[in-house]
Amino acid sequence: MEQAAPQEAAGDQREIVSFRVAGQDFCIDIRYVREIRGWSPTTVLPHAPDYVVGLMNLRGNVIPVIDLSLRLGLGRSEPSQRHVIVITNDGRGTVGLLVDSVSDIMSVPCDELKQPPDVATSHAPAFLEGVFTVDEKLIRVLDLAKAVPSNRAVEE
Amino acid sequence: MTLKVLAVDDSRTMRGMLAEVLADAGFEPYLAEDGEDGLRRLSEVDPDVVITDINMPNLDGFGFIDAVRADTRYRGLPILVLTTENAEPLKDRAREAGATGWIVKPFHDLKLVSAIRRVAARQV
Amino acid sequence: MPGGDALRETFFQECDELLEIMSDGLSRLEDEQPGGETVNALFRAVHSIKGGAGAFGFDRLVRLAHALETLLDDIRADRVNARPVLPVLLRAGDRLHDLVEAERDGHSADAVRDLEQLLRELAAASGSPEPSPAPAGGSEAEPDDFGFVPTSIPIDLMPVGDEVVPQPGHRLRFAPAQSLYRRGNDPIPLLRALRDLGELHVDCELAELPPLSDMQWDGSYLAWRLDCGANLSREDVLDVFEFVEEDATLELLDEAPTTEAPAPPASPEAPAPTGTGSADREPAAASTERGTSSGIAGPRRAIRVELDRVDRLINLVGELVIGEAMLSQSLAQSGAGHDPGVIAALGQLKQLSTELQERIMAIRAQSVKTLFQRMARIVREAAAATGRDVRLICEGENTEVDKTVIERLSDPLTHMLRNAVDHGIEPPDRRVAAGKPREGIVRLSAAHRSGQIVIEITDDGAGIDPEKVFARAVERGLVPPDAELTEQEVHNLLFEPGFSTTQEVSDLSGRGVGMDVVRTEIQALGGRVSLSSVKGHGTTLTISLPLTLAVAEGMLVEVAGETLIVPSTSLRETMRAGDAITQRLGAGPPVLSLRGALIPIVDLGEALAYRQRPDDLSSNSVLIVESLSGRRIGLAVDRILGQREVVIKGLSENYGRIPGIAAATILGDGRIALIIDIEQIACGDGTAADRKPHVVAGVS
Repeated sequence: MEQAAPQEAAGDQREIVSFRVAGQDFCIDIRYVREIRGWSPTTVLPHAPDYVVGLMNLRGNVIPVIDLSLRLGLGRSEPSQRHVIVITNDGRGTVGLLVDSVSDIMSVPCDELKQPPDVATSHAPAFLEGVFTVDEKLIRVLDLAKAVPSNRAVEE
Repeated sequence: MTLKVLAVDDSRTMRGMLAEVLADAGFEPYLAEDGEDGLRRLSEVDPDVVITDINMPNLDGFGFIDAVRADTRYRGLPILVLTTENAEPLKDRAREAGATGWIVKPFHDLKLVSAIRRVAARQV
Repeated sequence: MPGGDALRETFFQECDELLEIMSDGLSRLEDEQPGGETVNALFRAVHSIKGGAGAFGFDRLVRLAHALETLLDDIRADRVNARPVLPVLLRAGDRLHDLVEAERDGHSADAVRDLEQLLRELAAASGSPEPSPAPAGGSEAEPDDFGFVPTSIPIDLMPVGDEVVPQPGHRLRFAPAQSLYRRGNDPIPLLRALRDLGELHVDCELAELPPLSDMQWDGSYLAWRLDCGANLSREDVLDVFEFVEEDATLELLDEAPTTEAPAPPASPEAPAPTGTGSADREPAAASTERGTSSGIAGPRRAIRVELDRVDRLINLVGELVIGEAMLSQSLAQSGAGHDPGVIAALGQLKQLSTELQERIMAIRAQSVKTLFQRMARIVREAAAATGRDVRLICEGENTEVDKTVIERLSDPLTHMLRNAVDHGIEPPDRRVAAGKPREGIVRLSAAHRSGQIVIEITDDGAGIDPEKVFARAVERGLVPPDAELTEQEVHNLLFEPGFSTTQEVSDLSGRGVGMDVVRTEIQALGGRVSLSSVKGHGTTLTISLPLTLAVAEGMLVEVAGETLIVPSTSLRETMRAGDAITQRLGAGPPVLSLRGALIPIVDLGEALAYRQRPDDLSSNSVLIVESLSGRRIGLAVDRILGQREVVIKGLSENYGRIPGIAAATILGDGRIALIIDIEQIACGDGTAADRKPHVVAGVS
């Protein structure tokens, strides 16, 4: 799992965006975050996996929005005005992640990344790259490549 | 030694295009913005061939050619005129002024290159 | 040799233009009595290609262009009649195309297959043989595509194997006037330029030099006699002296002899006497040259723009249209929609954005001319390969179509035209026996018709035998033997995968790749293809395409709370379902009886897995849509919201193919609406609604 982390020397800082999903703290590398938008109703995509909330209009581009909570096995979100969509792009295309709220942008020393604990429930560990502990709070580092299936994965 | 070609044209676009074509063809391009500038550059550069536009501010093409031919050092210097269309009267006037040849704008890269080779005394 | 990719690029771009002019001229030669401007334009085009090719050292291209040019020159001078040599001209034109392409792509092996043979034929046709380094053997190896034998081939002029007798080329005398030097010209670079074109022998006339004491410092005393190789045309030579025509005496002492028709007043072979009578000829030569050069450097007034930039513009205009719709919606909601000033300004904005959109779309539009020219060649080759006598008539060549459409039409059109020649037009004997003219006619036309591009391919061949088609379809298991099909339905069988009507496999159309591929390709362009045929009288294929790929006309509908768009191209009519019309046949899908026909109803909400089909559809609206294969179904929706022009946003890139969905668009309120794929919804036997939709499942 350590290989999955960007190759940085010990002592390097990693900038992350943290957010809450179903009462838990998650984060992704800030490099993958394009912008953060408030929730607005999406268009249902027929025959799509259940965790695909629908399609949204991002300045004229049609992008899919994923219910991260459902995807992580933490239950379906009931999107409201308070929900937030984190627009990400990890090189495979632009995708919106529906989350409860965005918490912070922070720098974390790379060597503090730990193996995810097994205690976490449901699917979550499979989608994690590791965890950080910041101010005694456990922040799970999301492995975008796994959490957001590529096109082909969707079709399988 | 590559051939030195001085191109005199008041249009930046035209100068850019000329410079590109000339450089592509293996010539050494020099640029001037109008007739007056052309005369100034002439003694600095000492070109093998001059290409000049006709309609230019300050000193137009005809005046430029007159001035060049009046200088004994440049009596035999090949001067090609860029004319906007295949306008015979313009061509004739340019010839009267002492132009060596002419190139019709929008010029054709290969025609330009071959015209230069046909008037340049030095073989490169 | 000039280097630089930019220059190369320019050359090839110009070649494209010149080749188009050439193809144009050649096809006009086919139709009309040659002569005049047609031949001149043709000549200039070929000459210019040769000039550029020479600069880049594309020798094969130069040789072919030269041979073609020589023949054209003979035609221009009425030394050769154009009509009998037309097949050779056309073939040379095709080959010139190939060579240009080969040089552009940097692979040139294939294009030269029969080059030597072609050069010999051209030389033979023009009657002015040129020394060809290639051995004359095997000249019969490659049969003429047209079975055409030129009537006057001076074959014995070609020495075989032995030393080639040098053909006399152009001899000329060049005597600069004083003014030549005064204008900065110099004989030396001119002679050098001439030498660079080919063989050159130079003699300086020293005998006429005055004694040194009599010379003026700025006088002109030297004159030269030049022997140019036979490989040069008069135009080549005169090109070199372009700038000094009026500052020198340029005498053409003789020319390469021509076998046919006497050449214009040419002096005998012997070296001509100097001076006398030369003045008369020079102006004539000069005026020929002027006529020749005027068209060479005359590209259309145009700038080159990367396609990407245009596409970005198109996207932006799409956004503008959406933005405008959003603005108009918010104004209406805010109550400002009734303000006369707002209404007027909004109207103007709308008009401007619509016009802007149309203008930008027009940038991508190109005439189908080059496409049709390529097709002319396909027909020629197909005719030659199958021994048919075929004439292609093109109509509406100036019809403009989106560039992408043109590019993607090439394959299906090629296939359909080959089919028309191979399977449509009968062999000449059979045609004569059937009381038809020997020569079959294939007509290719393009036209704008009610917001669509319509392309038709018509042949006057044997037509389609419905019984044979039906039998074949039964044999292939496509239909049960007892099926009762209308003629149209039988014709539609031709578009079924794997269908092929000829008994033997032809190398031309082959088997396997059939009309089904054509249909798929046209469909991918958002178009439709249909066929009509009368046995014994011919077949017509009709392709209709949307004007642009970026904007579509659609009907906005609402189903299960979602807004969707049904493309207008497949929409036939809309109606209220009503209880009387909807009925159930057992447990099967509901049907609607429309003017005597029973049309299956598909609930759009169910087809897209939005909901279960409501038990009662009578209060719903129904859209009657027709698939490309002519199949009609009724789409049940909750509400019809109205006709709308929408900007198409592709989906497949991000999502793969979504069953039943073709693309998406953005509505006036910024929300996304999906565009329905009628072909997928209507596919199958009308029980689509009963089948489980192809669910993308098992992901997590």
